[in-house]
Amino acid sequence: MAEMQTAPAGAGSGRRLLTWIDNRFPLSKLFNEHMAQYYAPKNFNVWYVFGSLALLVLVNQLLTGIFLTMHYKPDAAKAFESVEYIMRDVPWGWLVRYMHSTGASAFFIVVYLHMWRGLIYGSYRRPRELVWLFGCAIFLCLMAEAFMGYLLPWGQMSYWGAQVIVNLFSAVPFVGPDLALLIRGDYVVGDATLNRFFSFHVIAIPLVLLGLVVAHIIALHEVGSNNPDGVEIKEKKGADGHPLDGIPFHPYYTVHDIYGVSVFLFIFSAILFFAPEGGGYFLEFNNFIEANPLKTPAHIAPVWYFTPFYSMLRATTDLMVNALCIVVALAAVAAILRGGFRAGAKVAIALVALIAVYLLKTFDAKFWGVVIMGGAVLILFFLPWLDHSPVKSIRYRPSWHRIVYGVFLIFFLALGYLGSQPPSPAGNYISQLGTLVYFGFFLLMPWWSRMGVFKPVPDRVTFNAH
Amino acid sequence: MHTFLIRFLVVLGLVAPLAPAAANEGGYPWDHFPAEKMTDIAALQNGARIFTNYCLGCHSASYMRFNRLHDIDLTDDQIKKNLLFATDKVGDTMRSTIDPRQAKDWFGTAPPDLSVIARSRAEVGKGSGADYLYTLWRTFYRDDSRPTGWNNLAFPDIAMPHALWQLQGERRAKFIEVKNPHEEGRTEHRFAGFEQITRGTLSNEQYDEAVGDLVAYLQWMGEPSQGTRVRVGVWVLLFLGLLVVITWRLSSAYWRSVH
Repeated sequence: MAEMQTAPAGAGSGRRLLTWIDNRFPLSKLFNEHMAQYYAPKNFNVWYVFGSLALLVLVNQLLTGIFLTMHYKPDAAKAFESVEYIMRDVPWGWLVRYMHSTGASAFFIVVYLHMWRGLIYGSYRRPRELVWLFGCAIFLCLMAEAFMGYLLPWGQMSYWGAQVIVNLFSAVPFVGPDLALLIRGDYVVGDATLNRFFSFHVIAIPLVLLGLVVAHIIALHEVGSNNPDGVEIKEKKGADGHPLDGIPFHPYYTVHDIYGVSVFLFIFSAILFFAPEGGGYFLEFNNFIEANPLKTPAHIAPVWYFTPFYSMLRATTDLMVNALCIVVALAAVAAILRGGFRAGAKVAIALVALIAVYLLKTFDAKFWGVVIMGGAVLILFFLPWLDHSPVKSIRYRPSWHRIVYGVFLIFFLALGYLGSQPPSPAGNYISQLGTLVYFGFFLLMPWWSRMGVFKPVPDRVTFNAH
Repeated sequence: MHTFLIRFLVVLGLVAPLAPAAANEGGYPWDHFPAEKMTDIAALQNGARIFTNYCLGCHSASYMRFNRLHDIDLTDDQIKKNLLFATDKVGDTMRSTIDPRQAKDWFGTAPPDLSVIARSRAEVGKGSGADYLYTLWRTFYRDDSRPTGWNNLAFPDIAMPHALWQLQGERRAKFIEVKNPHEEGRTEHRFAGFEQITRGTLSNEQYDEAVGDLVAYLQWMGEPSQGTRVRVGVWVLLFLGLLVVITWRLSSAYWRSVH
């Protein structure tokens, strides 16, 4: 135990209270470690605001969620009505509800931008692998949270979206139908499903999410932030032991982030107060019709933040499975001919490829669609070990790497757009191409990420004083 | 190659497809609801009157309370005298007295609740729910092949008869057969205007005004707090705009010392 400190003589009551607390709880210590003496690189650009914003939106979702839970009824016969009750009869209920529904979309916008930042500046590279892994787990939780929350208003899209996604689990070989039954708690999405999704949405997943967010931040503060140059600021320390290119998070980045928060709130409020439906993308029009198990909507589209992955699911047709078989065969041939493996390994590769093709052709394309959709999220977890580039930041990579990232981004956005549209032949071909580009980007990264002429990385960060 | 490129761009959403093509595929194109009615209290009040007189007999608006009409400047007294038919309490929600089972026998489907009908009928790329409802109310026509004797261009084979027919009068729709532009040798059934059979109590212009009022009311009822939302929103944005400037200067003041 640390020695008891005493406040200096004549100190004010605030100082004495702080001393009293510090003797019993590491308040000043925590504040210093994570804020006042946490040294962050001074060359952060606008991309670095989205982490703080994600935290802000998380708090928004938790607080508005608490108030919504006070009035919402998780009951198939009352859910839709209770949402309209919140919108009409609960004082300021409409505001709280819109903050929550617009907040859900804002959460994904902010998190996608946050992840993109990590991608282009190599923020997942050693020693920040765990920061990235916790982050990916947060993303996964967020998707589950959003999916289950979307059922709660009990509109047509809530209902049929849930029906479609839960049915996907029934495509899992052998245990599928039982698994889907376990998730739904019934043979169709119904009251039992609504109740368990409510339970997951308001308590189970938020608990996990909060724990992961704490782990994400602790891991980050242990290793320190990356920066747009991908230079480790801890390698150049001054006489005082602090990084030469670091500045205390507080006050510099607190004021910086408060500015960012203001700008964000301005945009957020503009949508919330003047276009809360987000043009039918944040609140789908069909969801203003109460769920009807007997009436399937002509076009079921998930909310926009799931559409890239939904596109990949839809793209996985029999044709796509055949294409995947060819890709597996080509990869195996390339590995055997050019991989420099020993004879035994070559046989093993051929065998694995044969089994893969056999499985691809044995199980239904629908199942592989589920695998592709899940794999598209899970592959993010492997990023720290897929990237073999000698530099972290895109700034010092060969110029053509930017084109690779650009193509990846364009196809990801195209997948997102196509997933919100009714299926079309041309759209399906582009989705299939997009799916191949998405997976190619990651799976071929061990090779392409070290190709080309890299630019020299500076010793110190580049910083232009404001 | 050229057409493929255009199709690719269309699919990516970078190029808007030609409007007539989209309208053809999505059914009858919607008219534009005169949105300025949303700020016209007299229009909203008249819409409420038409709604309670002509719609509430069969359709409920069970999330909407009568006394919420205070928001469009109607007093309890006015509501009680003019708008209450099935209840005498202004705190009640707008419930129809129709028996849903009988309604199903009569029309083949139970009349839907209209509380949020305007919000639910919007379509991305086609128009708002108000546009749809405004079009719906202006495209009823006599069709003896239908059980009710009525049909509609915006909602083909609609189960509902023309509830406002006494106001509009009866009309017939003229259709012509035209060559299908996409398929050789096929013809297309195309709408070519209405023909008045009997006169209604309102002129065409008066009817459009009345329907506009009704749709304005339906749009308002879909979200009665929308006026408050916009009013509050203006103040919030003014405040946040100021906050952006202040926090920007604050941030700059701190960062000036960083070299």
